[in-house]
Amino acid sequence: MLMNLISGDRPRSLVLTILLLGILAALALAPFLFPGVRSLETAARICIFIVLVASYDLLLGYSGIVSFAHTMFFGLGAYGVALASTHMGRGFDALIVGTLAGAFAAAILALLIGLFSLRVRAIFFAMITLAVASAVAVLVSQLSGFTGGEDGLNYSIPRELTPAFKLGKLFGVTINGKLLNYYLVFFASLALFLLMLRIVNSPFGRVLKAIRENDFRAEAIGYRVVLYRTLATCLSAAVAALAGSLFAIWLRYVGPATTLSFEIMLDILLMVVIGGMGTMYGAVIGTTIFVLAQNYLQNLMGVAAGATEGLPLIPQLLDPDRWLLWLGVLFILSVYFFPTGIVGRLRAEN
Amino acid sequence: MTTAAPDHAPKYAQLSLPDRIGKAMPLLLVPVLVVLGFLSIGSTSSWLTLTVSGLAMGMMIFIMASGLTLVFGLMDVINFGHGAFISVGAYVGISALLALESWTGVPSLLLNVAAVLAAAIAAMCVTGALGWGFERVIVRPVYGAHLKQILVTVGGLIVIEQLIHVVWGPDEIFLTRPEMLKGAVTFAGAAIEKYRLLAVIFGLALFVAMRLVLKRTKIGLIVRAGVQNGEMVEALGYRLRLVFIGVFIAGSALAGLGGVMWGLYQEVITAGMGEEMMILVFIVVIIGGLGSVEGAFIGALLVGLLQNYVAFLEPKLALISNIALMTAVLMWRPQGMMPVVKAK
Repeated sequence: MLMNLISGDRPRSLVLTILLLGILAALALAPFLFPGVRSLETAARICIFIVLVASYDLLLGYSGIVSFAHTMFFGLGAYGVALASTHMGRGFDALIVGTLAGAFAAAILALLIGLFSLRVRAIFFAMITLAVASAVAVLVSQLSGFTGGEDGLNYSIPRELTPAFKLGKLFGVTINGKLLNYYLVFFASLALFLLMLRIVNSPFGRVLKAIRENDFRAEAIGYRVVLYRTLATCLSAAVAALAGSLFAIWLRYVGPATTLSFEIMLDILLMVVIGGMGTMYGAVIGTTIFVLAQNYLQNLMGVAAGATEGLPLIPQLLDPDRWLLWLGVLFILSVYFFPTGIVGRLRAEN
Repeated sequence: MTTAAPDHAPKYAQLSLPDRIGKAMPLLLVPVLVVLGFLSIGSTSSWLTLTVSGLAMGMMIFIMASGLTLVFGLMDVINFGHGAFISVGAYVGISALLALESWTGVPSLLLNVAAVLAAAIAAMCVTGALGWGFERVIVRPVYGAHLKQILVTVGGLIVIEQLIHVVWGPDEIFLTRPEMLKGAVTFAGAAIEKYRLLAVIFGLALFVAMRLVLKRTKIGLIVRAGVQNGEMVEALGYRLRLVFIGVFIAGSALAGLGGVMWGLYQEVITAGMGEEMMILVFIVVIIGGLGSVEGAFIGALLVGLLQNYVAFLEPKLALISNIALMTAVLMWRPQGMMPVVKAK
């Protein structure tokens, strides 16, 4: 039963198993273990980004394709929910329609981009996705009548998912709509993650790995490389859009900065690389560490910048706004020295 | 005894006319686009203004793109960090210009142009040196691995961009052009900005110079041969690695030059400008055909002209005009207009 759920893909390391179980338990019981608005926000963010990063890993780690448009697909899902909720009014039907429309649009767009770039050479894909994603980001911030522009969109979701909906208390924690919303996010993320695990451990996933290792040989064996790569792109885009929809349902707000910016793309890249490319569990570990660091380390940088005031250059380097600088350095170092990431390291110890 | 040689004279079949037209097609695209622009705009003076600014923009994009395409052709290295050189070049050049205020503030063409040249040389020296360091530290350890190359060079782009923030502060810098390069000249009823004219002339001169170097000198021959078949060139005893480093440095310096020119064109510079320009540069490199300098030149002119025409005719569409152009070209020629590097 359990092996069926995780598609026979065991963590293959004791430490990793303990870490994964710990993260699962912490996320499942987050509202009870860490009461407070901020920690719940962090937990929901971790859930959603695990799905997003796992879907990116399907491309980067399993298929060896670099895409810079993953935030675009994420944003499509988020804007799908936002637009449906704005135009159809408050209700679960709007959420479902928006989610499905976003995922469908993402898959179609991915198919188009894939058909144009992947049939020639995989490296085109990286450049073309970068161009398309930036054009979409600009378009979204320009078409303010439709998308709300830079300000984004605020909308209401069904009352059952908002803090105003109260059910009572359990273990001293108020059970309200926000909590239900969290569990919607949690279980949807868990289901999507298990689905991704199923995909990469299917024969389809194995062909993707073969293409990653040697596309020429895979073609020679008789697999249509372009078809497989394009399918992987579409699947990954659709799952990213679903993660975006969850994000929109959780935040009740979408805007270019929270869903489409290049910074988020960079975050995703870093989470995949830190966790370990080519393993779904890497997405879990990478995301958890990264989101926690992002939420709590930036404060620390501010403190350090304050403490070194008066010294030349160091305060500027430690300024919380320079967070990206250190991310970049960390990114380069991890690609050089830990190409297999944390999961790869842990598994290598066995 | 008769000789074994067959009794016929070898003949080289000439390409058929359609084939030759097909080969020259990309060259025809620019004039076709200019004529189409004229027909759809209607007014001669606006058309002239737009054409000159489109050409100026195209020249600047070409200057930035040429290094990237050669680096790719020569060593199969795709440098996503190329945009960082554009930003650094712009910041160094503009800082130099601001320091040379006594030259730029006076209405003397000689002093003004000298100041711009000095700024350009300063920018090229710094970005050239930076390119050398970038090649050693970032690119060299990941030869032959596209995936890692893309990841690592993106990391390099971010780090350099953030370092610009550390050195020059987080805000954008506004500047004014030197006295004699301000304003416009009127020609056939059309107001043409002086600076754009200068940019077109300068870009054209640079393109001609680059072509001469590539087609008439020995080093150019080695570079072109290296793009075609690197292993063969190495087998003949040339150290292609050294050539490659030279091309990388030259390409970085050109990106820096493009950055200065773009900064003067926009009259504002930001640390993110390189990243924004990279999108156009990638489009140009893709539609030109990876590794082809001529293709990049034509692609850059097409992008510049189309963007200006569309921005005039239908401002909302300007954002996606380049993507549409790229899509159209890739439908027509999946490898780009003039592919040099065979798909590896």
